[in-house]
Amino acid sequence: MVIANEFDYRRPATLAEATEILTNHTGSVRILAGGTDLVAWLRDDAIAPDLVVDIKNVPGLNDLRLDGNDLHIGALVTFTDLIESDVVNEHAPLLAEMSETVASQGIRNRATMVGNICSAVPSCDAGPVLLAYDTTVHVTGPDGDRTIDINEWFVGLRQTARTDDEVVTHLTIALRSHGGVYVKLMRYGGEDLAQAAVGIIAYPDHEYRVAFGAVAPTPIRSARIEEALRGKPLDDALVAEVVAMVRDEITPITDMRASAEYRTHMTEVMLKRGLVAATERLAGAGPAYGTRLI
Amino acid sequence: MNLKIKVNGEDWVLDVAPADTLLDVLRERIGIKSPKIGCERGDCGSCTILMDGRTIRSCLVLAVEADDHDITTVEGISYEGISELQTLFLENNSFQCGFCTPGIVLSATELLEHNPNPTRHDVQEALAGNLCRCTGYEPIIDAVLAAGRGGTE
Ligand code: FES
Ligand code: FES
Repeated sequence: MVIANEFDYRRPATLAEATEILTNHTGSVRILAGGTDLVAWLRDDAIAPDLVVDIKNVPGLNDLRLDGNDLHIGALVTFTDLIESDVVNEHAPLLAEMSETVASQGIRNRATMVGNICSAVPSCDAGPVLLAYDTTVHVTGPDGDRTIDINEWFVGLRQTARTDDEVVTHLTIALRSHGGVYVKLMRYGGEDLAQAAVGIIAYPDHEYRVAFGAVAPTPIRSARIEEALRGKPLDDALVAEVVAMVRDEITPITDMRASAEYRTHMTEVMLKRGLVAATERLAGAGPAYGTRLI
Repeated sequence: MNLKIKVNGEDWVLDVAPADTLLDVLRERIGIKSPKIGCERGDCGSCTILMDGRTIRSCLVLAVEADDHDITTVEGISYEGISELQTLFLENNSFQCGFCTPGIVLSATELLEHNPNPTRHDVQEALAGNLCRCTGYEPIIDAVLAAGRGGTE
């Protein structure tokens, strides 16, 4: 089975050249990074661009480093890079925990985290975690650089706030002391997309960030649950109170991978276990990062 | 478009279309048939090859993306006789039809390179994206574990 759609391929050597190509092109265009979604979509005829712009030769886009308290993650940083990074394992092990659940080794070696949120499928693993981190997305385009709050990033099914002539250069996460957890429900390891997923961060003084994946058209945050948790020590009654809110916060569908009822029930279970684990991790205890809670 | 790649130590210069996948170019243009056409959507691992020493799924890579990169297939690790890992696959009956084997051998090669003494869990995780419909996986895991122990039980 071949890719039926014919397209031009460009591989700019600089960001300025990439921007120029994207700005001057009038037809449909796609940016190529790891390609694990893009090539599959091309083959499925789900997309038919007349130009593909490969940004892998643009220097500087694979930076992964700490700038003061800001974790800087370049657009070309792969899930394997995150898993193997000392900086990530020391300062944001939640990113490694999430990355380990993505597809398979061969995909993780190629797929980028930025690409994951640019594809913006409802089950994208990076979504809930980057939402919980209040990540900033940095893009550049014909009008220069701008930043997009991750909470404004996912605008619809496979749709983001990035315009077609913009390139995401990197993400920044403002780090402070936290405990995090990513819980992913899947049928089996090695390739499966999330049937439902929960990303949680616990900050000192009983402050939480709570996000869900695969249970709405985009990854979502729950302001209501975060508000209910704020300032109160986590106990069984409080967990029960917020778990009861889940049904009103999510809008899961029934498809070949899971029914809406199953997704809802499991999201409740994952929120419960995740809140406990994130709180314990904040205190330096709890299950080691990478331990499956489900 | 012009494509310059090294495949198993040999330099190739080819004219390819942007829509040609690396898997198709390896098989049809270069004549290397060990990467298999399975699902062609990244799920099965039978098209696995090493690019610059790391496994990738060649069905999800455009050939033009491999420009200036170094590709190794199972042929490339077998020129001077089969590797110790491959010998252990023979001894442990780790394949039947063999369709999955090139991909699994390369995935296990990458694992052992980074983690010379993997646990059973490490092996299962590393091979989780390589499907096998014949063996039930256990003989494969046993062979990789044996290779990790330097070939001894
Ligand atoms: S053929 Fe590439 S993963 Fe199945
Ligand atoms: S030996 Fe037949 S698919 Fe694995």
